[in-house]
Amino acid sequence: MADLHLPTTLLPLFAGLPRRLDVDAATVGEAIDKLNEQWPGLRDRLCEPGPLLRPHINVYVDRTRGDLSSPLDDRSRVDVIAAISGG
Amino acid sequence: MARTILMLGTRKGAFLLESDADRRDWKLRGPYCEGWPVYHVVRDAVTGAIYAAAASEWHGSAVWRTTDLGETWTHSSEGLAYDESSDKKMSKVSTLAARNGRVLVGVEMPGIFTSTNGGDTFSLLSTLEGQPGSEMWDDPESQPPGHLGISGFILDDEDDARFWAVVQGIGMFETADGGSSWTPRNRGLRADWPREHEEVGFCVHKPVRSLADPQRMYQQNHVGMHRSDDGGHSWTEITEGLPTEFGFAAAAHPHDRETFYVIPLDPQHSRTMPDGHASVWRTRDAGSSWQRLDNGLPKSEAYVGVLRQGMVADTYDTPGVYFGTSTGQVFASNDEGDSWNEIANYLPPISSVDVAIID
Repeated sequence: MADLHLPTTLLPLFAGLPRRLDVDAATVGEAIDKLNEQWPGLRDRLCEPGPLLRPHINVYVDRTRGDLSSPLDDRSRVDVIAAISGG
Repeated sequence: MARTILMLGTRKGAFLLESDADRRDWKLRGPYCEGWPVYHVVRDAVTGAIYAAAASEWHGSAVWRTTDLGETWTHSSEGLAYDESSDKKMSKVSTLAARNGRVLVGVEMPGIFTSTNGGDTFSLLSTLEGQPGSEMWDDPESQPPGHLGISGFILDDEDDARFWAVVQGIGMFETADGGSSWTPRNRGLRADWPREHEEVGFCVHKPVRSLADPQRMYQQNHVGMHRSDDGGHSWTEITEGLPTEFGFAAAAHPHDRETFYVIPLDPQHSRTMPDGHASVWRTRDAGSSWQRLDNGLPKSEAYVGVLRQGMVADTYDTPGVYFGTSTGQVFASNDEGDSWNEIANYLPPISSVDVAIID
């Protein structure tokens, strides 16, 4: 199970969505798809058509910048970051 | 007693201001929509649902909805995107219109999405493909600042299939068949720049339709105020008597087809009220003459702007008029604009003001 950490800006948008959760998935994209099954609409908040990560959403897998195709294993730590933006 | 609800879209979320029919004391609630930039808030007068068009820098665009006057909110963007095979990409949702469960969503790149289930899901209705100007209006280099795409709607309360949409910097278009076909409605408007097409190339900032006479429309244009007596088929300029020809906001009196409100702004870079003298201007004779309304408004050092969705009139027998500024003030009149009070301050920059009366 990958150890997935979500941005705090995402949490109030979906009832019951925790900051940190375990996900059984082979890639970052698959992990987001699994979350979307439980919290419909979540994929749209992280991804744009393509699908691609939204421009100010960054993903790190074990501290290395990744994308939707980045592979995960049972011990992966995934940090989804809302990058510094806005004003 | 009736409740009067003002709905505000701001750069940091949506807010509601509530009063009674007297419209003297107001209570503020919000921010809603998690502080996302909100471009437009409207209410479906039939279902009572309030919708907010919002675009988060992080989490993209969505339409938020509350059916209990702000107590709880949900959001959806399901279907609110151009197809992945399309050359078009949506940067933001800009403008809304809602009636009887149907929601129209104007977006950039210019296109109209619709929901027929009260905002649960959306689908693309039209990109106005083939209309004059459409060959270049997706290009950000060709767009006016703000990049709103579709910047306004007018609905027809009697006929859901008929409505008008504004393409920012291009002009207004009418459909009579629910968006399948369109006709430019800009004849008689002025443009002080070269145009490639006879029927478009006009900078329509804010068109409004009289509730007293559906054939009567007014619009604040980039260059001048204009009036139509034939449902937008032709336009006549009525700028003379106003301090500037430029502005964004406009509102029609709900009971008198001859009465209309505008907020002229400095047309240069500042786009604030001329000389720092906050004023709304009113005509009672369809634009033949104009009266400055500033009783209760700051008469100096008020360099405030008001955007295109930033002014509205209610429908009481003695109508109220309201406007929100780019510096976070809301001013209200409960006597047709004769006198004004500041009813909120220190809000984020205000992009839209709408009003509802709830019995």
